[in-house]
Amino acid sequence: MTATAVRGIGMPVKRKEDPRFIRGKGTYVDDIKLPGMLFMDIVRSPHAHARIKRIDVSKALAMPGVIDVITGEELAKANLAWMPTLMGDRQMVLPTDRVVYYAQEVAAVIATDRYTAADAVLAVEVEYEPLPPVLNPFEALKPDAPLVRPDREQKSNHIWHWEAGDKEKTDRAFQEAEVVVAQDLYIPRIHVASIETCGCVANYDPATDKLTIWMTSQAPHAHRTVFSLVTGIPEHKIRIISPDIGGGFGGKVPVYPGYVIATYATLKHKKPIKWIEDRSENLQADSFARDYHIHAELAATRDGKIRGLRVHVVADHGAFDAAANPSRFPAGLFSVCTGSYDMEAAHIQVDGVYTTKPPGGVAYRCSFRVTEAVHTIERMVDLLAHELGMDPAEIRFKNFIQPHQFPYKSPTGWEYDSGNYPAALQKALDMIGYQELRREQAERRARGELMGIGISTFTEIVGAGPSHTFDILGIKMFDSAEIRVHPTGAVIVRIGVQTQGQGHETTFAQIVAEELGIPVEYITVEHGDTDTAPYGLGTYASRSTPTAGAATAVAARKIREKARLIAAHLLEVSPDDLEWKDYAFRVKGAPDRYKTMQEIAFAAYTNFPFGLEPGLEAECYYDPPNLTFPFGAYVCVVDIDRGTGQVKIREFLAVDDCGTIINPMIVEGQIHGGLTMGMAPALFEEIVYDENGTMLTGTFMDYLLPTAVETPHWKTAKTVTPSPHHPLGAKGVGESPTIGAPPAIVNAVVDALSHLGVRHIDIPITPAKVYRILQEKGVAE
Amino acid sequence: MIPGPFRYRRVRSVDEAVALLSQLGTDAKILSGGQSLIPMMKFRLAEPTYLLDINAIPGLDFIEERDGMLHLGALVRESTLERSSLVRQRYPILHDTAEVIADPLVRNLATVGGNLAHGDPANDHPATMLALRAQVVARGPNGERIIPIDDFFVDTFVTALQPDELLTEIRIPAPPPRSGGAYLKFERKVGDYAIAAAAVFLALDEAGRITQAGIGLTNLAYKPLRALDAERALLGQQPSEELFRHAAELAAQATDPVSDLRGPADYKRAVARTMTLRALRRALERAQANA
Ligand SMILES: Cc1cc2nc3c(=O)[nH]c(=O)nc-3n(C[C@H](O)[C@H](O)[C@H](O)COP(=O)(O)OP(=O)(O)OC[C@H]3O[C@@H](n4cnc5c(N)ncnc54)[C@H](O)[C@@H]3O)c2cc1C
Repeated sequence: MTATAVRGIGMPVKRKEDPRFIRGKGTYVDDIKLPGMLFMDIVRSPHAHARIKRIDVSKALAMPGVIDVITGEELAKANLAWMPTLMGDRQMVLPTDRVVYYAQEVAAVIATDRYTAADAVLAVEVEYEPLPPVLNPFEALKPDAPLVRPDREQKSNHIWHWEAGDKEKTDRAFQEAEVVVAQDLYIPRIHVASIETCGCVANYDPATDKLTIWMTSQAPHAHRTVFSLVTGIPEHKIRIISPDIGGGFGGKVPVYPGYVIATYATLKHKKPIKWIEDRSENLQADSFARDYHIHAELAATRDGKIRGLRVHVVADHGAFDAAANPSRFPAGLFSVCTGSYDMEAAHIQVDGVYTTKPPGGVAYRCSFRVTEAVHTIERMVDLLAHELGMDPAEIRFKNFIQPHQFPYKSPTGWEYDSGNYPAALQKALDMIGYQELRREQAERRARGELMGIGISTFTEIVGAGPSHTFDILGIKMFDSAEIRVHPTGAVIVRIGVQTQGQGHETTFAQIVAEELGIPVEYITVEHGDTDTAPYGLGTYASRSTPTAGAATAVAARKIREKARLIAAHLLEVSPDDLEWKDYAFRVKGAPDRYKTMQEIAFAAYTNFPFGLEPGLEAECYYDPPNLTFPFGAYVCVVDIDRGTGQVKIREFLAVDDCGTIINPMIVEGQIHGGLTMGMAPALFEEIVYDENGTMLTGTFMDYLLPTAVETPHWKTAKTVTPSPHHPLGAKGVGESPTIGAPPAIVNAVVDALSHLGVRHIDIPITPAKVYRILQEKGVAE
Repeated sequence: MIPGPFRYRRVRSVDEAVALLSQLGTDAKILSGGQSLIPMMKFRLAEPTYLLDINAIPGLDFIEERDGMLHLGALVRESTLERSSLVRQRYPILHDTAEVIADPLVRNLATVGGNLAHGDPANDHPATMLALRAQVVARGPNGERIIPIDDFFVDTFVTALQPDELLTEIRIPAPPPRSGGAYLKFERKVGDYAIAAAAVFLALDEAGRITQAGIGLTNLAYKPLRALDAERALLGQQPSEELFRHAAELAAQATDPVSDLRGPADYKRAVARTMTLRALRRALERAQANA
């Protein structure tokens, strides 16, 4: 068998899932249609904060086709008015007395068709007594601020305080520092805005006493456990099926009230209930990302050696702490914010705050707050460079963790597995022609033109577990794979993670192909059905390849070890006389005597050695020994239009290192998509509220997703520094570009304006924002 | 995002449409491309009882030049306008406009007639039509009337069309020699309505002096605007960068934008100036190339 026949690791195999998507034959939740299905629609609050005085459902109930209107009162009787969040907080399913964000779920209508349900929503009469909204987390922390969560024992809007690093050591580094730069940075609320909104079809079948829920879930197993805990239904009587998912990006990790209400409704009415959000509901009420108010300080020597980092964050979590971070990390992995730089000390503090906004803090393609971390450090390093009059590339080379320092213990306690930062940056600078660009910039500046070059050299942290540190609601963050090789050498692989566009059906097949020497087209990957897939924690935070990918490789190797015994039996040699080479077991010294996995598989069912169990299958629950630390060096070149303030990305080069690459084509696709999703908040996306807490960006007319027209031609390149502890040497990649791109873009824009005294601009860098700066500096056209 | 209940009727002729409009009054709405009306219905900002679909009326999608006029049928789609070689060669300003409206999917359905009839100051064609001094042809129970474009836009979402009238055609004077126009729009992203946009039409005499000037502005006031002072300042003058800057400034002063997510009012006014200036330059280039 040759590598081109197997098409294993390193091959640009076309995605196995694409034929069905390209033909429009994917199956999304809204494609599920069951006989007798009823439709649910949700009454939502027009206020950000109000007391509910009265809900009158009589007019709605009187409408033909309306079956039921479910309120918080009713759910309370079933002990379901509240549900636990993945962060150990509690969240209203439906309110009994108050609403705490605009578009919050207030009641649910069940009707025989979708149109009647929508009409009936308008017929439900709710009387509100508006309360003052709490929109700014700094105001929320003041003692006289209105309470967002009077249900809690602690009578303040402060949720938690979290710290990492060494305060004393850091304070000392700052006292002794020759230079200190400080900056406030705000990373606004953004929304994952996946093209498929959230929804479910919940079906309780009284005949089998089984509850089946098709839902848009990035973590079906974890969700089943949560559903079991919330409803008291035993776990084996619940089946969650996550069919094709039209984008997750972190927004399909939390459990939303709609899922719970639909489940309650199917248990009550014993009919299938379909609930699909519309676009505005999705944008207005589903979990948000970011909303970090950051104050950062960097201490350094005069010649540009960084000594310490001090960060304090006020994190706006909205009305419920419904993020999906690992339990012990309410601020996610933000403490990786010392980035790619070697420094003595760092001290990080984060305070979580309630406001009257929808639950925030979900990881939007950001590996648990790593976007925020990288934005902070990459901006601060540039600020330091400006302060010292140093080139931003030079200051990075001066402070990089050097290749020989790995494994590197960071001042906030992480152990970086591997990296070669100088090589990645040097490659990027050489490829883009950095010196030439700097010369061009000087010439343009002399002519009054505004051009900027921005660099970001980020370090990512992905692949949670290990289980001793990471869990969600107590469930350890391992992941799993189960492989069955059938008699003809065809394979089914089942994994505990859940694809949403990442290409698992292809890359995981390639891992097995590589390990077993079976051509990739004979391997099917299944996932997303809790009745059949092994237990896993799901796909988010770039964790699939580091965890389930490793599990798949280990399970395949277990199969290979059994296959060795069968091959020895077939070749009539001792197992020790065999070696695995060129995708077959060969007799040492006589490589022409061999057995392929296909031959071995057949024998596993027809001619296995005495005493050996028949069959050829294995499973692995993989608990990673550490996280993996992908990294990259990005360079962005922008031009600014002085007549409109528009920023145009002229060129963008991304050099990524995600260790061993399983499918270079898929990795490149992930990087293209991720860069676009990194550009989006840098230049376009922002969730905006007015002074009443009403959300103003509830459609794609105002929540600005960039299109192909706004997207520059991305240039990509790679370096390969394998992870020393991952069985394949692979790291995650899905989120690197989303994390690395924003500061590269901001640094480029600030660089274009730095000679005018500009030091920082908060994202999104809209034309209006830039134009105001141009006016202030007297260079607007 | 689900519209309220409504009744739907597909009409087959202009006469039938007009008869039904007279009968049903303000309960009825014409459905053309549906790209403005349907979203409004989905948000329940519009809840018409009857929709009269005019898409099956034959012969309302003409693009032809005769009698010194360009005649555009009400049902001409934006995508048709965009691809028309007649429009591209003789009326590049219209091509400019069609090309920046919404996105290709919307343009496949949206009609020029609907774009004007909607009376939305954010729509792009009104400014172009103002710059080109177009005429709108309307058919009502008493027959046909011609409405000069200057009288057409009355208020936000309000036009001179009566509830029983159907817009059937738009007429645009054919361009004289040494004339040229341009439409420039600045938007947050493709598919967005303008932060500010300017339509400029210029005609020159043999000596190169400006003999005709039309400037229309998009999304900068409660209704589509004509920049009259700026036009006056240009008339009879030799084009120059200085003159254009002055005219662009006057155009910006004529605007009365509101602050919203597209930016603060003063920013929109500044962009209006930039767009007008750049459109003036491009219109001049085209006029000079058209000698
Ligand atoms: C996402 C999106 C983005 C858009 N962006 C832009 C943009 O950037 N610029 C822009 O200019 N437009 C934009 N549009 C609007 C689109 O171009 C409009 O839909 C179009 O201008 C209206 O034409 P229509 O044929 O769709 O009219 P319809 O939506 O069918 O009708 C609009 C109104 O005009 C009335 N009407 C239509 N035709 C007639 C007629 N012949 N006689 C009398 N009354 C009539 C209708 O009753 C209705 O009140 C956008 C639309 C969408 C959905």
